[in-house]
Amino acid sequence: MWNLLQIELYKISRRPRTYIAFAAISAIVFIFQFAFKADGASYLNLMMQSVQDSFEIDRSKAINGYFMCYIILNTLLVQVPVLVALIAGDAISGEANMGTLRLLLTKPVSRTQLLMSKFIASFIFTVILLLWMAVMALLLSMVIFGVDDMLIFRVKGEESQIMQITKDDIIWRYVAAFGYAAIALTVIAAIAILLSIYAENSIGPIVATVCIVIVFTVVSNINVPIIDKNVKPWLFTSYLVGWKGFFYIATTPDGEPIKGSLENWPAIRNSLFILIGHIVLLLGISTYVFNRKDILS
Amino acid sequence: MLTLAVFFLAFSASAQSTDINQLIRKAREKIDQVNTYEAKGKMKTNVTFLKVPVANITMYFSKPNKLRIKSEKGVSFIPKGAVSINLGQLLQSNDFTVIDAGTDVVGKTEVRVAKLLPNDDNSDVVLSTVYIDPAQALIRKARTTTRENGTYELEMNYGKYSEYGLPDKIFFSFNTKDYKLPKGVTFNFDDGSQADKAREKVKNKKGRAEISISSYSVNQALPPGIFVEAKP
Repeated sequence: MWNLLQIELYKISRRPRTYIAFAAISAIVFIFQFAFKADGASYLNLMMQSVQDSFEIDRSKAINGYFMCYIILNTLLVQVPVLVALIAGDAISGEANMGTLRLLLTKPVSRTQLLMSKFIASFIFTVILLLWMAVMALLLSMVIFGVDDMLIFRVKGEESQIMQITKDDIIWRYVAAFGYAAIALTVIAAIAILLSIYAENSIGPIVATVCIVIVFTVVSNINVPIIDKNVKPWLFTSYLVGWKGFFYIATTPDGEPIKGSLENWPAIRNSLFILIGHIVLLLGISTYVFNRKDILS
Repeated sequence: MLTLAVFFLAFSASAQSTDINQLIRKAREKIDQVNTYEAKGKMKTNVTFLKVPVANITMYFSKPNKLRIKSEKGVSFIPKGAVSINLGQLLQSNDFTVIDAGTDVVGKTEVRVAKLLPNDDNSDVVLSTVYIDPAQALIRKARTTTRENGTYELEMNYGKYSEYGLPDKIFFSFNTKDYKLPKGVTFNFDDGSQADKAREKVKNKKGRAEISISSYSVNQALPPGIFVEAKP
């Protein structure tokens, strides 16, 4: 199994498309950092709106490395599933396309082992991609913009809120958020691998996975009550942004944030279970289908 | 008899009016002793849409009307109307008409109430009401209504700096505008929780800030350029 995994990782590392993902992330992060360095105040003005009429805010402190990373993740984690699908969608269909699948399965390894090695390799790729994001979006932003307290803009029910997290209470939230994001993106990898079993070339499963993510994400964000209540809970994309829950800090009845706290840990935990459930289910279906796949035709 | 009654009423009204003017003058004399101060303290902000921690602040004041509140560290939300914490400015000008509004009670202290009407028609301040402790000549409470920024209310507790008319604790309330973000902008994680209904009720109403001052440094030199606005 270890040998299989090494081979799969080697294959991923040899594909040019693997590095497209890293280049794309770097480019987007650089653009964000440049834009905010040049005119971050305009973004804050947009988000603060009427608050500026009542309060004086030190904008130079508000735009800092922690804040930047949150803004970048907010945008990027919607697009990163596409990058994960680029690799995972190619896992089985790529072999079929090149005619190596049949050859591979003549080796003394079970189909389940082969599938699992491809899944784990995709998972490792996802984790490395996220680590790269952490380096670019968090560490580099900390160097460029410095560190200070972090502002979170949020809509809760019918109310909009601005939350402030002190700078000594942030890093653990990012570690947890990146961990959560790794699980969320692994769901995408599992979908892409399942679709990849059915296809004879990589384009189909990659495009299909991206379409599923786009459609589900749009439906998840429609904000129509009937869909919010009856459809959203059944879409895995509703839980992809659960990483933000680590930045929703609990407050006292007076509205003062409680350091080291989470507003709704049960909701985050349940979302995690739902995502892990998706991974297990999708892998189970993938194993079942792959073990019965006719590779002779 | 009727003439006597009218004369008596007119005389007593005049006496009371003089009395409130004297009280305001005495309160101003205390405040006038302070040319500059630097005060260190903590500010707790209580506004429905803001979830911010208690801020360690430093207040700088210089006569006649310069006041700056600066957070020692971290991002801070300083209420804009907090400049009205500058009580001297409230009483400094003689360009207002004083109306004696009787007595009231602030906390457990019986106070005299004075309404200050600016004589300048273009003044931003429409009306100020001050509640003065007659025994100590200290302003316990002040309410200022402005044209542009609504009404601010100050309530003050005094301690060891009362001889300068400087409070140890300031409760400051101000009008806030509703804060609304479009849902699509933030891509929220909908965890099913709803906003606190009790807090939501005070939406569009008052924000409150509580400033507890631990120490004053009175009539000492202030850091140069402290009143120069920082560029965004």
